[in-house]
Amino acid sequence: MNRPSWRRLLATVAPGAFWLVVFSLLPTLLILYASFLQRGPHGWLSGPLTLVNYARFFGISSSGFDPLYLNILGRSFLLGIVTTVAVVLLGYPFAFFIARSRHKNLLLLLVVLPFWTNFLIRVYAWIVIFQRRGVLNALLTYLHLPTLHLYPSWTAVYVGTIYTYLPFLILPLYASVEKVDWTLLEAAYDLGAGRVRGFWHAIFPQTLPGLVAGVLLVFIPALGTFVISDLLGAGKAILIGNVIQQQFGGSRDWAFGSAAAFVLMALVLLGLWLYARRAGESGMGELL
Amino acid sequence: MEQRRLFKGKRTRTPVGDAIVRLSGVSKRYAGGTLALNDVSLEVRAGEFFSLLGPSGCGKTTLLRILAGFEEPDSGRVEIAGVDARGLPPYRRPVNMVFQNYALFPHMNVCANVAFGLRMKRVPEDELRQRVAWALELVDIEQLAQRRPHELSGGQRQRVALARALVNEPEVLLLDEPLGALDYKLRKQLQVELMNLQEELGITFVYVTHDQEEALVMSDRIAVMRAGRIEQLDFPEAIYERPATAFVAQFLGTSNLIRAAYAGERLLQTPLGKLRVARPVKTGERYLISIRPEKIRLSREPIHRENTVRVRVDDIIYTGAENQYLLEAAGTELVAYTLNSDIQEPGFEEFDYDEYVYAHLPAENLVVIDEPA
Repeated sequence: MNRPSWRRLLATVAPGAFWLVVFSLLPTLLILYASFLQRGPHGWLSGPLTLVNYARFFGISSSGFDPLYLNILGRSFLLGIVTTVAVVLLGYPFAFFIARSRHKNLLLLLVVLPFWTNFLIRVYAWIVIFQRRGVLNALLTYLHLPTLHLYPSWTAVYVGTIYTYLPFLILPLYASVEKVDWTLLEAAYDLGAGRVRGFWHAIFPQTLPGLVAGVLLVFIPALGTFVISDLLGAGKAILIGNVIQQQFGGSRDWAFGSAAAFVLMALVLLGLWLYARRAGESGMGELL
Repeated sequence: MEQRRLFKGKRTRTPVGDAIVRLSGVSKRYAGGTLALNDVSLEVRAGEFFSLLGPSGCGKTTLLRILAGFEEPDSGRVEIAGVDARGLPPYRRPVNMVFQNYALFPHMNVCANVAFGLRMKRVPEDELRQRVAWALELVDIEQLAQRRPHELSGGQRQRVALARALVNEPEVLLLDEPLGALDYKLRKQLQVELMNLQEELGITFVYVTHDQEEALVMSDRIAVMRAGRIEQLDFPEAIYERPATAFVAQFLGTSNLIRAAYAGERLLQTPLGKLRVARPVKTGERYLISIRPEKIRLSREPIHRENTVRVRVDDIIYTGAENQYLLEAAGTELVAYTLNSDIQEPGFEEFDYDEYVYAHLPAENLVVIDEPA
């Protein structure tokens, strides 16, 4: 490569590279480093390097195996998976409904509208709905049905998480659905496919980039959520996000928090890597 | 050249020449209120290359989509290979379509695209592989089997679309302006290939086009459509030589249209004077006379025959192979083409601007159209 094109490369790549290095790579490395340190006497990080944080996370200690944190991690994955599945089941048909509707813009506006209200307020609104003398129970009483005690509960956490992340699936998926070439469906029909196979072979693959993007945008944040579980679980629904938040906050054990965060990140990256390997190069393109 | 045959060696079930597609009184109105098809009846014969020709919006694509099963007619009867097609979904019809923009599946390679129809019909893997290989060879793209559609040129995509349809061995192949997106040279080449394929395989082609030259070159028969109706259905030569309406005369090639009224049994009064015509005309009726530009004989010397008018050369357009003369006589404009340096035409002449010459309009080349002017 000759000089001018080197310069051009530098000019185009440098700002982004600088940003990524300073705000993404360096902090990640710092957390990785911190996860091998220990909590000092005044809550500061101190040496020497050790593996105790990871041992504690995986429940390995001299007094035996304690899966406390692994259970919490499992709960978080369950929440992430259930949320993602629910959001796909709700959002996939809805994205088609928007794309084929005459009132596209209005419907899109309605999808985005919740973002105009602060996230915390929207979660508090679910408390208002779910609490003992809340909106839902008022309605049930009016209908002469038994009342429900949904706040605080895991049900409330699940509903709140699904509600919060639904738009994050719909928006990228809609972008794909809107571009769908419907003549491919006609081609599939023409070649002998019925409705189900026609959709599966001609339409579904076209929506895959949007679906993958949406699933990642939902699954990863849902996995690490702590605000929703904190509020709708009233401090009793503990997820991995809550653990990490506590370590960096109240417990002031940054070393252990770093280790927990790093395990979570490693698992997510491992999942992405496995997916990309299975989907091959095209899958990699969809991820990026 | 090696004779190519259908994979199974079978021809269509309908004997060649019998009607394989029958439409009677088919009408279709779209939600917006436009009448796309207005009481169309026609028959396509087995084994023929049948073209639907017309300007955009004439209903030709709607007609094709009704045959494919993508649209249902509001009224009328559609019969394909002896079966009433009413309510028959596209996947149960013995037809396949080559789409205007090919509609290849972008996430599948060429091989999978071509195999798709057979997969849907659950053809055994062995036969499937052989038939796909046959189809790829048929359109000469064996070497592209592993490519994705986005890695192909327009002409190559066209071939894939063709192979994907033909591999199913349809009774009728529907083609929706398949060459529309290609450049002129490639179009010419693919026209010939399509004609050869059609002839060798003996599959009935229903071909939609707005290109009159394409239709004339390729078709066994042409239906010229306009505003949801068939204006004329005939052999290409008949449509060109004996247009039934002014629209057909002008849509296919160029035509001089002259207003005319009864002046005798085979005589019409026109702005150019009285012209003798080949068929009897009725008193009181109004007519249009159509004559093709290349059928007008020009001469500097007086021609002492009937139907000769003295005209002024208004403009000359040189197009290479032809000279096109814009002529003017008694306020009427005529267009006449003469071949350049015509060695087969004794007494060939070239004329100058504003020169007065004689134009002979032979009675046998005057087409009388019953139409109020």
